[in-house]
Amino acid sequence: MIDRRTFCKKSMLLVGGLALPLAAFELFDPRKLLADKSDPAKERWVFLVDTEKCVGCGYCVHACKVENEIPYEANVTRTWVERYVVTKDGKSHIDSPKGGRDGFTAGRIEIGEGKHEEIRGEDVNKAFFVPKLCNQCENPPCVQVCPVGATYATADGVVLVDRKWCIGCGYCIMGCPYGVRFFHPVYHVAEKCNFCYHRITKGMKTACVDACAFDARRIGNINDPADPVTRIIVTERVSILKEEYGTKPQVYYLGLSKEVK
Amino acid sequence: MVHGELWTVKEYFVYPNEYIYWTIQIVMYPFMTGLVAGAFVLSSLYHVFGVKQLKGIARFSLVFSFALLPVAMMPLLMHLLQPQRGIEVMMTPHFTSAIAAFGIVFTTYGMIVASELWFVYRQHFVETALELRQASEPTLALRLRLLLFTALTLGAWDVSEHALEKDERAVRVLAGAGIPVACFLHGYAGFIFGSVKANALWMTPLMPVIFICSAVVSGIALCIITYIVTMELRKLLVAWRRKQEPGLPSTEELKSAEIQVVTITARYLIMFLVFAITLELLDLVFRGYTAVKSWDILRSVIYGKDFVSIFVIQYGLGNLVPFILFLLPRLTIRRAVAGTLLVLLGVFMMRWNVVIGGQAFSSSFSGFMHYHLPIWPHSLETFKEGFFGALTVAVTPFVLFWFINKVLPVFKESH
Amino acid sequence: MKNHVWRPLYVALAIVLLILTARLFLVPEDFGVHERGYMYGWYRKGNEAEWRAVKVKYRTAAYCKECHAKEYDAIKGSPHSRIMCENCHGPALDHPDDPPTLTIDRHRSLCARCHALLPYKTSGRSDIRGINIETHHPEAECVLCHWPHNPKAEGKSL
Repeated sequence: MIDRRTFCKKSMLLVGGLALPLAAFELFDPRKLLADKSDPAKERWVFLVDTEKCVGCGYCVHACKVENEIPYEANVTRTWVERYVVTKDGKSHIDSPKGGRDGFTAGRIEIGEGKHEEIRGEDVNKAFFVPKLCNQCENPPCVQVCPVGATYATADGVVLVDRKWCIGCGYCIMGCPYGVRFFHPVYHVAEKCNFCYHRITKGMKTACVDACAFDARRIGNINDPADPVTRIIVTERVSILKEEYGTKPQVYYLGLSKEVK
Repeated sequence: MVHGELWTVKEYFVYPNEYIYWTIQIVMYPFMTGLVAGAFVLSSLYHVFGVKQLKGIARFSLVFSFALLPVAMMPLLMHLLQPQRGIEVMMTPHFTSAIAAFGIVFTTYGMIVASELWFVYRQHFVETALELRQASEPTLALRLRLLLFTALTLGAWDVSEHALEKDERAVRVLAGAGIPVACFLHGYAGFIFGSVKANALWMTPLMPVIFICSAVVSGIALCIITYIVTMELRKLLVAWRRKQEPGLPSTEELKSAEIQVVTITARYLIMFLVFAITLELLDLVFRGYTAVKSWDILRSVIYGKDFVSIFVIQYGLGNLVPFILFLLPRLTIRRAVAGTLLVLLGVFMMRWNVVIGGQAFSSSFSGFMHYHLPIWPHSLETFKEGFFGALTVAVTPFVLFWFINKVLPVFKESH
Repeated sequence: MKNHVWRPLYVALAIVLLILTARLFLVPEDFGVHERGYMYGWYRKGNEAEWRAVKVKYRTAAYCKECHAKEYDAIKGSPHSRIMCENCHGPALDHPDDPPTLTIDRHRSLCARCHALLPYKTSGRSDIRGINIETHHPEAECVLCHWPHNPKAEGKSL
């Protein structure tokens, strides 16, 4: 004999159970979890920076800010140029005023809080410029730490941020050893260089590459053996930044020096 | 203005996009979860391990831990730039991130504490509801109250000896299950920091353990101080009421009971404090001894720029002084108050030195960032990430405690 | 009445069910594990298209050449051949439809980016002819004397 109370309870349970398809319980598809991440894609974007060629004109930074709609006066940028001046006393002086957006037109070095340090030409042992941008790491720590899946690596090797899904916790900014991430001053979500994804997927080059008059910046496809950038990466002595973090950066450098941070 | 620019001052070479992105609210977050976990562990010492002397404080700390729970989440929501999307942590959790499990761990823990409270207070719910039913002329307030308590019983009206025994057993089980979850909740706050390989100061496997120990320390300290305050209030109340009812316990009786509870609890506090300091110093010694690439800049932060806040305030005022205060014989209430307040300061400074200290240097290892806490709220941002935002977070648990105490009376003698 | 001990568990289960149901409605359909696996490829697929749809602002010399072949040829035969037109003329966007005219930046600071003298023998900067921008006709725009499309002709234009 079934009483009314039990009947109500049981039928509620049944209706509730039926209303919930199995999909609700599915967090992820186990088959996809095992998907091989080294699957050979047609394209795998890589970047090559030749620090010997960079003259510190900053046109790349300028073009990047315009192309990617990063407010021009905001003190954040997707790409930047660092200046290294090593003096005869062995000290290295580093700066990147406004990310190098306006180029480097004076010899004095910015040391923060609006102060500068004068450096005389005859004291300089070596000096050079190093452009920086997102390394689109093969093992991106920023993606690993995103709690909601708002940043991810695409099949062609670019790390993107979903502006509609990012919660703005800043964990990815903390997780990046290269300091390439920041909060977008307008959208208030994490922001970073994405190799001008809208350009490279149309067969164009990134805005910074196009703006560079010295061939200091080049973009290529490492899965294409005939690509000139790929040729250089596989045949010449290239280095990467902060190898010790195990992030496997996909931005390669020619002519790096030990002073480079 | 860029988020972070307002309170960050850069010195020497700092990457252009680097600012102090994790500020006061992220200091408050581990501090508050620490208090939650600590308060819970303290109550479990009585429920699980049967430390009889803690009976007086056990129920109190359990309720307090419940009042602290929502507040552990508050700083995170205030910190998020898109707080309305916070729920995504439950919707699309990315478990490779240390933060992703937060929603789940937090909810689990909340449910455990709530269930434990339910068992502790079930008899009270039933009795109150039955009492309210007797009311001859129920006002609206009384009827709402009846409704609330009837709902709280969850339809379990059985308060026979046998049923209450079952309740007690359930409390023990839940308290036992709660300890690992509480430790997880907090140790995992430590993991959030300890696993950031990009941050030289944070990255250490000791971080979760250090966080748990200091969490328990701060939780116990807060329970002691709140216990003392409520007891003092009760003494005043009882002294006033005794004029009508001479049968109530005298002020002296209450006082001796109070100091006894405080002395016992303080012993546990000291024990966990020793653990915490040992681990922290071990970490520091290791860093100095191994002296890897980051040590140069870490040394200049630890022994230079942050010397006062680390060695004077955190270790000196926050650890050493209370250590002496508690260990000196014949503990008095006044000394206990001073000691616990200093311990709370010490744990807060430890969080500060980890969170802010970890961002005091650039990941280029060639420059520094200085943090200036926004005091006066000029905008929503300076409120949320400023002094008043932190104050709001700090005050809320006491307000909540006051409300919860209306439903779950902590000091009802009949229990 | 059965064992009342399980009641809180029912409440807990109801909450879990509620959350799972909410997932059904709140998680976009294309959210899931994609090519790079759960660690690096857990995202909303539709976002890729959103990024691809960003407007291209710098159309590059190939686009300018379609109408301005003469200027294009002139600069390609000069030491400035590698400088993108839009560095000085501004991003083309949909020019000539929108904007109909581009504003040319003639300011000294543009030239100074490369031609301000810096004593950096070890960098590419030293291969460029440099001037001291504070003493070299500080009042004048460079283009008064130097023709940027063909800087070799500077002697003639003076």
